[in-house]
Amino acid sequence: MSQGKLKPEELARITYQPPAKSWTDPTVEFRKGVICYGAVPETLNYLDLPHAKKWQPTDQDWKLPPDWKKIIFEGMRDRLMRFRSFKVFMDICVRCGACADKCHFYIGSGDPKNMPVLRAELLRSVYRRQFTKAGKIMGAMVGARDLDEKVLKEWFYYFYQCTECRRCSVFCPYGIDTAEITMMGRELLNLLGLSIEWINTPLANCFRTGNHLGIQPHGFKDSVEFAVDELAELTGIKVKAPINEKGHEILFVAPSADYFAQPHYFTLLGYLALFHEIGLDYTLSTFASEGGNFGLFHSNEMMKRLNAKIYSEAKRLDVKWILGGECGHMWRVLHQYMDTMNGPADFLQVPKSSLTGTVFANAASTKMVHISEFTADLIRHNKIQLDPSRNNHWNATFHDSCNPARCMGLFDEPRYVLQQVMKNFHEMPEDTIREQTFCCGSGSGLGTDENIESRMRGGLPRANAVKYVRDTKEVNLLVCMCAIDKATLPPLLEYWTPGVEVAGLHELVGNALIMKGENERLTDLRGTPITKPLENKQDAA
Amino acid sequence: MKFGFSLLILALLIVIPALGASLGGAPFWGIVIPYCALLIFLVGFTSRVLKWAKLPVPFRIPTSTGQQKSLDWIQHSPLDNPSTGLGVVGRMALEVLLFRSLFRNTKVELKEGPKLVYGSSKWLWAGALAFHYAFLIIFLRHFKYFVEPTPFWVVGMQNLDSFFQVGLPMLLATDAVIVAAISFLLLRRLLDARIRYISNASDYFPLLLILAIAATGILMRYFFKVDLVGVKKLAMGLFSLKPVVPEGIGAMFYIHMFLVSSLIAYFPFSKLMHLAGVFLSPTRNLANNNRMRRHLNPWNPQVKVHTYEEYEDEFRDVMKAAELPLDKEKQCPKAS
Repeated sequence: MSQGKLKPEELARITYQPPAKSWTDPTVEFRKGVICYGAVPETLNYLDLPHAKKWQPTDQDWKLPPDWKKIIFEGMRDRLMRFRSFKVFMDICVRCGACADKCHFYIGSGDPKNMPVLRAELLRSVYRRQFTKAGKIMGAMVGARDLDEKVLKEWFYYFYQCTECRRCSVFCPYGIDTAEITMMGRELLNLLGLSIEWINTPLANCFRTGNHLGIQPHGFKDSVEFAVDELAELTGIKVKAPINEKGHEILFVAPSADYFAQPHYFTLLGYLALFHEIGLDYTLSTFASEGGNFGLFHSNEMMKRLNAKIYSEAKRLDVKWILGGECGHMWRVLHQYMDTMNGPADFLQVPKSSLTGTVFANAASTKMVHISEFTADLIRHNKIQLDPSRNNHWNATFHDSCNPARCMGLFDEPRYVLQQVMKNFHEMPEDTIREQTFCCGSGSGLGTDENIESRMRGGLPRANAVKYVRDTKEVNLLVCMCAIDKATLPPLLEYWTPGVEVAGLHELVGNALIMKGENERLTDLRGTPITKPLENKQDAA
Repeated sequence: MKFGFSLLILALLIVIPALGASLGGAPFWGIVIPYCALLIFLVGFTSRVLKWAKLPVPFRIPTSTGQQKSLDWIQHSPLDNPSTGLGVVGRMALEVLLFRSLFRNTKVELKEGPKLVYGSSKWLWAGALAFHYAFLIIFLRHFKYFVEPTPFWVVGMQNLDSFFQVGLPMLLATDAVIVAAISFLLLRRLLDARIRYISNASDYFPLLLILAIAATGILMRYFFKVDLVGVKKLAMGLFSLKPVVPEGIGAMFYIHMFLVSSLIAYFPFSKLMHLAGVFLSPTRNLANNNRMRRHLNPWNPQVKVHTYEEYEDEFRDVMKAAELPLDKEKQCPKAS
């Protein structure tokens, strides 16, 4: 942990008693550990974004353009005309409070403005003053506020302390979705060049090189070749991993972290092993080497700009359909936005598994299938041989990533796969899984180091649910299907719930997969000896 | 202070007609005010809904609260994650008629450890449901004043409502329920520090106003008897657009009428519009069939993208060195 200043027991001293001063007081303190660095001008300029400047949120002077209020009001007016969600969500909240304790940032911080209702009121108060008669006449009595620099700073503080996880929208009687509010808030801040480095640098990288990490094509190829070699060492089988080749059946797109980061990398090994074993006719792409899309965390336009490469590359490589790897926000973009933004994909065919004959009618228009849907179908049709005992050293629980959970409803496909590839599986408490799943606390571009305290606070509910199964069921592995989860859950668990590792679903598939002609597997894909410690433990007991 | 402000406004809304009606001008209080209020309501409500409805829905963003429809053998949740229009109708019906989402409500507690514990919390759901249904039944019950003869369904409803008969005139269960439910919702807002913190005057005011409407109605029924024949004449006159003002109806009635008029005139400009807005919420009223059918964004913007050609132009040398396939072996002179 890069910043171990606050011990867990100190951080867990949380009070839910609201302060004496009214929420309409916008003063916030930009403290180290809770706020991200400002976006650097180079990345904004590269992406042709306005008002680039050298700037930090902790600065007194935010170097706002003289007409900044006008820019914000025009931006609000424009968005109120373009998004029914924004307008309706501004108008109909009754402040019933059902959302209040549903937000992981509120639960972890006790800061009342992290209650989804108040996060939205930050915008609503200005909306009322500027765009409604009641707000113009009655002012504070109806919760209207003038926009000033303090309010703007407060927006920045709280819209970069929301991970757009949509848990609150599950509980809202009108489906008011704070993700929409935060997205609008961030779009407005962008108009003044106010964004964070951890979002904008990946954006610029992704626009240029095709992936957030800025890996150039030869680097991507190196990494894939390295993985192929490593898999050969582990299994004795040298698989093929075609890159940028035309005429294959499938384009496979994963989050780029799968190629370069740990523990993501073991999931990549799992994909490669699986694709080899079933003889999948696929290609990877260096240009579309990122399924993730930080544009989702920036603006709808930026999302579209980055997403365009998926279909254009599928067309150029002349594939029939697209298969997508394990990633959370990537799948929100692919499922809810891609077809609308960059479709129609009429040059592709309705996805059909050449092994099982299954037609993925649920992806008939988008032509993109989630790998857990694909693998579940394979296992169901007995197309792969599995030895679940190779995962016996793991006792797992499953973390539903926010976006596949609440933007798709992808719950039972990964669970089915998981229960076929391993024996020891326990669910976390029901208020913390499936549609009620808790965010890792680091999504939507907040998974960086400088805001580590916020992340640990926001991740408390998730880590705490893991702790419950660690302590009661001896769980030692948290399985998930999200690149941000894989990057940010390990430090989170190390902080709150030591002793639990994080893995991707297809890492476990790769462990269990019996490959024709393979050497006897002495270790799993991470190189851990397969010793079945759990069974030994039970014997000992 | 916000509560006090709401209380003050309410007091004015009671004092004004009480004084006004005692000074005479019954046609103003009995005809002009209700008609004006109704006009404001109809125009305001319709224009608000039309404004919402005209706005584009650029993206299909349902919140999925159940298993998606994917593989045939995986049990799908057609109501919590509908994939068809019919499913959406079902989901909306559950939402509007039974407050499905509110029913999910939980309450979190932080215990030593730290240990987070989630408990079921259905009080808000129960209170809200009781309030809304009692309000609906009372509203429908009032049709006995508007239509002659009293429709059979109103009679049936009233018989059912007075099932728990206590004394005479018959105590209507809904009267008791609405007062209890509003009191609960109001006390919750005042006593729960968290809810008090998020409440605006515009959150207390409608509750107080409706409570006052219910109270004046109950007072008329049980204590300050008004001339019901006269009331019915007035109501039917209003309803048939041939308004008349019978003599001697009683001040309590005019207060009741003025409060109702205030409510309906206030309605279109307030949070009460959630009545219509819930039907237009894109996280609830759309099918999660995103990958099955393309959703169109009417303003889908043209954006600057980075093309593969530009990408290959920038990285051709390293791609060639890495033996990656190229579309063009050499960079076009004009592109450099």
